[in-house]
Amino acid sequence: MTVNAPANPNPPEAAPAKASSRTRSEHKLAWMLCAPAVLAMLLVTAYPIAYAIILSLQDVDLRFPDEGGFVGLSNYSAVLSSDLWWTDIFNTVFIMLISVSIELVLGMAIALVMHRAIFGRGVVRTSVLIPYGIITVVAAFAWQFAFSPETGFVNNLPLISDEMDWFGGRFSSFAVIIMAEVWKTTPFMALLLLAGLVTIDSQLYEAAKVDGASAWQRFTRITLPLMKPAILVALLFRTLDAFRVFDTIFVMTRGALDTESVSILGYNQLISRLNLGLGSAVSVLIFLCVFLIAFVFVKGFGAKVEEGRPGG
Amino acid sequence: MKSSWVRRAGVCLVASALAAVALAACGGSSDESGPPELTFFVAIQPGGTIEEVSKRCSEESKGKYTITPEFLPTDASQQREQLVRRLGAEDSSIDIIGMDVIWTGEFANAGWVEEWTGADKKAVTDKVFPNVIETASYEDKLYAAPFNTNTQLLWYRKDLVKQPPKTWDEMIEQAEGLKEAGSIQVQASRYEGYMVFVNALIESAGTEILSGPEEVDLEQGPTEQALAVIGKLANGGAAPPSLSTSDEDSARLAFEAGESAFMTNYTFAYASAQEEAPDIGKEMGYARFPQVDEGKPSKPPLGGFNLAVSSYSKNKDVAFEAATCLSNKTSQKTAVELDGLPPSRSDLYTDKTVTKAYPGFAQLVKESIEESGPRPTTPAYQDVSLAVQRALHPPDKIDASDTESIYDELKSKVEDAVKREGLL
Repeated sequence: MTVNAPANPNPPEAAPAKASSRTRSEHKLAWMLCAPAVLAMLLVTAYPIAYAIILSLQDVDLRFPDEGGFVGLSNYSAVLSSDLWWTDIFNTVFIMLISVSIELVLGMAIALVMHRAIFGRGVVRTSVLIPYGIITVVAAFAWQFAFSPETGFVNNLPLISDEMDWFGGRFSSFAVIIMAEVWKTTPFMALLLLAGLVTIDSQLYEAAKVDGASAWQRFTRITLPLMKPAILVALLFRTLDAFRVFDTIFVMTRGALDTESVSILGYNQLISRLNLGLGSAVSVLIFLCVFLIAFVFVKGFGAKVEEGRPGG
Repeated sequence: MKSSWVRRAGVCLVASALAAVALAACGGSSDESGPPELTFFVAIQPGGTIEEVSKRCSEESKGKYTITPEFLPTDASQQREQLVRRLGAEDSSIDIIGMDVIWTGEFANAGWVEEWTGADKKAVTDKVFPNVIETASYEDKLYAAPFNTNTQLLWYRKDLVKQPPKTWDEMIEQAEGLKEAGSIQVQASRYEGYMVFVNALIESAGTEILSGPEEVDLEQGPTEQALAVIGKLANGGAAPPSLSTSDEDSARLAFEAGESAFMTNYTFAYASAQEEAPDIGKEMGYARFPQVDEGKPSKPPLGGFNLAVSSYSKNKDVAFEAATCLSNKTSQKTAVELDGLPPSRSDLYTDKTVTKAYPGFAQLVKESIEESGPRPTTPAYQDVSLAVQRALHPPDKIDASDTESIYDELKSKVEDAVKREGLL
C-alpha cells in the first residue's frame, strides 16, 4: 500500500471505480522499479531471518557435525527457563532506559544550541558529530583505559577514590558503559531532534512572545508538542539500537559481574559454543523483542517514521 | 605501564590488519606452479619465534614447501573463534594450526584435524613430557605435534618474604601479615585464565573437573577445599583491589609496580620484570605453585601450543613434514630463546638456551610441567570452561566458611555443560 504511493504523487481528482489504463501501467512501472529493492531485501533480510528460525528449531552444533535434528521448541524453552536470559534482559533494558533518557535530554539541549548558533554553525555541528563518527570499539577502549585503575586518569580526578575499581562491580560497570554509550550516540539523537526543530515556524515563537509567553512556556507549549513526531522517531531509533548493545560491554567487561546484554548472550552461544540451535533461538527472541519495541512505539505512541524523518 | 598497554593494543591492531589483508589476498592465486605454500595459523609471539621457525623450515625443505605464518590475536578466546569459524566452514586455506592445549578434544571430535601416526608420531613425541603428549591427544590418538608448553610458578619478593610459602593458606597468612605490600596476584577476571587458576586448585586438592570427556568428577571434599582457598583469598586482606578483573598482564604490572609480594604467573613474568622493573626484578624469587592440601604435592597449570594439520588442507603430506620441522628441537630452542617459551621436550632443560632463559629455575619449570594438572580434555571444553567461570565469578562470592552451596552450583553447571545443555 505504501509502495505505490510515491509512484502516484498526483492522484486524479475524481477517482472512478475503474482505474484508467494509465494508472494501471503506472502501477506496473512502480512494481518493476521496486522489484530490485524488494529482491535485495528478501535476499539479505528475509532469508537470514528464515534460516535463523529454522536453525532455532534444531539441535545444531558445529563441533558435533554428525549429531542433531529437529527438536521443536526445546531450544526456546531452554532459553526462556534460564535465569541467565532474564538477568540479561534486565541488564539490557536497564542500560537502554537510562542511556536513552540521558541522550534525549542532552540531545535536546545540543539540538537547541545547534539551532540557535549564529556564527560558526558548520563548525558547531561538525564538532558535535565527532563522537558519532568514532568506531564504537575504539571509543569503548578509550573509555576503558580512562577508567582503568592502572592506566586511567579518572581515578586521579578530585572526589574519586584512587583505588576505585570501576569494572569490579555491577553498577559501577553499568555507569561507565552507559556513559560511553551516551557520549557516543547523543549526537545522533541531537541530529534527529534538530531536523524536527527546523520545521517549526518561527512566527509561532514571535506570536507567543507578543502574547507574553516566557522562554520556558514557549519551549513546553510550542517546541515540545510540535516536535513530538521527531522526538518519537529519535527515541524509536535509539531504543532499538540501545537494545542491541554489544561492543561497549564486550570490550569493557565481556559481560562479567552480571553486566551481560542479550546480544552478548547470543554471541556466546553462537560464536563461542558454536551451538547454532540455542544461539539462533536467542537471536530470534532478540528479534521479537526489537519487533515489540517498534510495535509499541508505532501503535502505542503513534510514532510516524515517514513524517519524522530528517527533511520529511 | 601505559606504553605496554598501548603496545599490546597496537599489536592487536596490526595483527587484525594483517588478517584482513590476508583475507583479501587469499582469493585465487593458489594454483600457481612452484612449491606448495603452507599457511600456518598461529598466535602471534612478540619475540618473533614464529617468523624465525617458519623461515628456517622453509629453507631446510629445499624447495619442497614454503610456510607463510598467519597471525591470530593474542587473546586465546579470540584465536579460537577465528579458527573455528574457518574450520566450521571447511576452509582449505588453513594447512597448519597452532592449537592451544585445550582445543584438542573439540577439533579432533569435529574432524577438523588429522591424526598423527607411524614415524611422524614417533618423531614428534620423542622425549616429550607425557603430560604434554596427553594435551595433544584425544581418545588415545595423537592429533598434534607438541611445540611449546607453559606452566605457572609462584613468584615472590625476596626482600619481603624470607621463606616462600608451601601452601595457599600459609601464603594468604603471610600476605595478610605484610599489610599494604602483601597482596597476592592471580588471574581472576572472567576469562580462560580464571579457569586455569580454578583447575589448578581443584587438581592440587586431589580431584579433577572431568574424569572423561563426558564424566564429571569433582569429588566434594577436595573441591570444597579448593573453593575455600579462592573464597579466603578474595574476601581477605590479601586480595588486590582489582582481583575480579585481573589477568596475566595486570598481575605482572602490579607486581612490577611493587604493589604485591606474591604472584602466580607464567614464566614470561620473570624476563618482563628484569626488563621493565629491574629493582623489583632483582628481588624476584620463585617457588613451585603452592599446595591446597598440606603435604599433597601441588599440580601446577599447564598451557602451550601443539601443531596440528588441518583436515581441509590440500597439501597434508607436506604439512605433516612442515609441522614436524616447526616443532623440532631446534625450533623449540628458538622459542625459548626469542620468546621465553618452555620447550615440550624434557631433554632440553639442561641445554644452555633454556638455563639462560630461566636462570636458576630451569629445573623448577621442568618439575612443574612434569607434575602439572592439565585442564580437562573434552569436545565440549568451551562449555565446561564457561560453566566454571559463570559458577565461580566473581571470586568474592565464594564464602570460605560455607562452600557447600557454591559447590552444588558448580557441579550442576558443569554437568549441564558436558551435555551441552542450557544457556551459558
